[in-house]
Amino acid sequence: MGFFDKLKEGLLKTRKGITERIDQVLVSFGKIDEELFEELEEILITSDVGIETTGKIIEGLKKSVKEKKVTKPEDVKSLLKEQLKDILRDNSENKDMFFETPVVIMVIGVNGVGKTTSIGKIANLFRQKGKKVILAAGDTFRAAAIDQLEIWANRVGVEIIKHAEGSDPAAVIYDAVQAAKARKADVLICDTAGRLHTKKNLMEELKKVSRILEREIPDVRKETLLVLDATTGQNAVSQAKTFNESSDITGIVLTKLDGTAKGGIVLAIKSELNIPVKLVGVGEKMDDLQLFDADEFVEALFA
Amino acid sequence: MSLFEGLSGKLQETIQKMRGKARVTEKDVKEMMREIKLALLEADVNFKVVKDFINKVSERAVGQDVLESLTPGQQVIKIVHEELIELMGKVPSKPTFSPKPPTVYMMVGLQGSGKTTTSGKIANLMRKQGKNPLLVACDIYRPAAIKQLQVVGNQLNIPVFSAGDKISPVDIAKAALEHAAKMQYDLVIIDTAGRLHIDEELMDELSFIKKAVHPHEILLVVDSMTGQDAVNVAQSFNEKLGIDGIILTKLDGDTRGGAALSVKAVTGKPIKYVGMGEKLSDLEPFYPDRMASRILGMGDVLSLIEKAQEALDEKKALEMEKKLLSQQFTFDDFLEQMQQLKKMGPLNQLIGMIPGLNAKALKNIDIDEKKMAHVEAIIKSMTKQERINPSIINGSRRKRIAAGSGTSIQEVNKLLRDFEEMKKMVKMMSDMGKRGKKGFGKLRMPF
Repeated sequence: MGFFDKLKEGLLKTRKGITERIDQVLVSFGKIDEELFEELEEILITSDVGIETTGKIIEGLKKSVKEKKVTKPEDVKSLLKEQLKDILRDNSENKDMFFETPVVIMVIGVNGVGKTTSIGKIANLFRQKGKKVILAAGDTFRAAAIDQLEIWANRVGVEIIKHAEGSDPAAVIYDAVQAAKARKADVLICDTAGRLHTKKNLMEELKKVSRILEREIPDVRKETLLVLDATTGQNAVSQAKTFNESSDITGIVLTKLDGTAKGGIVLAIKSELNIPVKLVGVGEKMDDLQLFDADEFVEALFA
Repeated sequence: MSLFEGLSGKLQETIQKMRGKARVTEKDVKEMMREIKLALLEADVNFKVVKDFINKVSERAVGQDVLESLTPGQQVIKIVHEELIELMGKVPSKPTFSPKPPTVYMMVGLQGSGKTTTSGKIANLMRKQGKNPLLVACDIYRPAAIKQLQVVGNQLNIPVFSAGDKISPVDIAKAALEHAAKMQYDLVIIDTAGRLHIDEELMDELSFIKKAVHPHEILLVVDSMTGQDAVNVAQSFNEKLGIDGIILTKLDGDTRGGAALSVKAVTGKPIKYVGMGEKLSDLEPFYPDRMASRILGMGDVLSLIEKAQEALDEKKALEMEKKLLSQQFTFDDFLEQMQQLKKMGPLNQLIGMIPGLNAKALKNIDIDEKKMAHVEAIIKSMTKQERINPSIINGSRRKRIAAGSGTSIQEVNKLLRDFEEMKKMVKMMSDMGKRGKKGFGKLRMPF
């Protein structure tokens, strides 16, 4: 099954939600008027896009409807699609860049978003490309988090560096870096404990881990991925903002897109903070994690 | 933008237009309701829930007598707040126990909502209330989930029943119940695997567990950061299982927690507890009034409105206003005003609520409570005559007042100047004469 189908499958619920209703709206409106825009606005809001971003999108849509002299309501849909794509597109890099090695990937996020599972899946992606991967069990806080990562390491067939529960995560990361150097690994993926972004001392702890990576392997490309649960509402913006302050986020992993949640919040995050989505999780199986593609994402939404 | 700024700022604009009106008209309410609607949406309350809610509040708000209240805007916020509390259940919900022990609680929810941690927290809380709990590990799917519950149990010194991940959760639950009966545990808490509400197979599994062990309460664990989808999740779990209560987790973050309103609205089931941290003691009862304030993003301001209404005697306020306008306002009145203000609590918080004052503009003004105390001391050191007619206060009187109040002559001078200034300003305002402009609202205090 190709990426497109897979994403489509995962987004089936999302798509039904968004597009059926947009189509309904477009059919029921014979002409483009304020009511039509209000309905579209409502649809975006119910997808967790957020008020501010929705407002911007609708304003932009109105403008281009005027400029392009669109008169048919159904043409409004393709205009809207273009806009959503424009927002989500990451112009800064080529998407294959993600797999360039050597690379250190630090995975961060609030509790319960799916960090450990995503790490297992990311390790699998690199492994399939024939890369040597080491995992660092940096979540020394949550009960059995180390065991959970170890099970993933065994599943995927990669090495894991771990300390005892309750030990200093920075020490684990330090050891993992030394191991990665000694064993000539291509990829080091660091797990971190889930933390609410409002906990200042825990955010400092993340900075410490970043500093160790910066000091020990300054020349290696670093990827800091914020894992976001697609069911999250407006708080995701606050999460992205605060995590970004303590450790420069290079991308987002959007998980649990196989539910009924729309994940529209990534539009707000990209629009407000310019943080791109890099990966999407569409299931519980090992290969249910894919590179994010803005065009395909939006097309799948509207297919 | 913080929501409070947003909501109160925008409401303030709307309210400005309503100044001097005796009644809130339908149009006023509509405008205010739009702001409240946006605020609720920004707090992640589900769109449909917001719509219904707004309709209900609008009905109540239209035609309200606003003369009675401090300002119409605050009155409307108060109505919104009350309705939110009403919707969320008014009083904290109590845990219930089966008359025939053991009582069985079954924890259900999406992946990552916090079921395992919450199971431990509830066991801990119930033990404090004299129960003898047993935790049951029924999550056979997620790697190391059983181990996680065991570690939690270990930390709390509460036993955990597990049977590995090769036996079906239904059989584990049954065996756990037998074990509990034998060992005389009076509370059994079953931790189930996280699952999507649209995963039919796994949802069926929950039904089977339910049939097998007849839980006294099925508790849905919901992440308080959940967005619009919260209604779908809660509805599906409730339809499939008939849940008995909700537990909101991760409320120690900065989420507005609108999901609380959504899940309550679609299920009608009480929110029983909130998770407030990672420690196993961080579980609190759910207080609807606190949650309402949080969703509105208003913190303690609402309770301040209440306080203000209690403390401010409306009749006295009107009298005062009359005095001000007729230039009969004396230092005695001034003192009384200050004391009324003080009754209401910390001034920094209060100032934003003073009718007519723009909270935003005043945000950076630091009100010096000490300075207020000085002002009070100065006035109290004046004779009755001096308070009524400050113009008689000459050099030697100033010296005496300063000495009596333990302040300086400069401070006394400043207060006298400010007081005159204030009276002049009030006069100017009343001379401008527009009915709508008059009011207590423009009063400026010299501190």
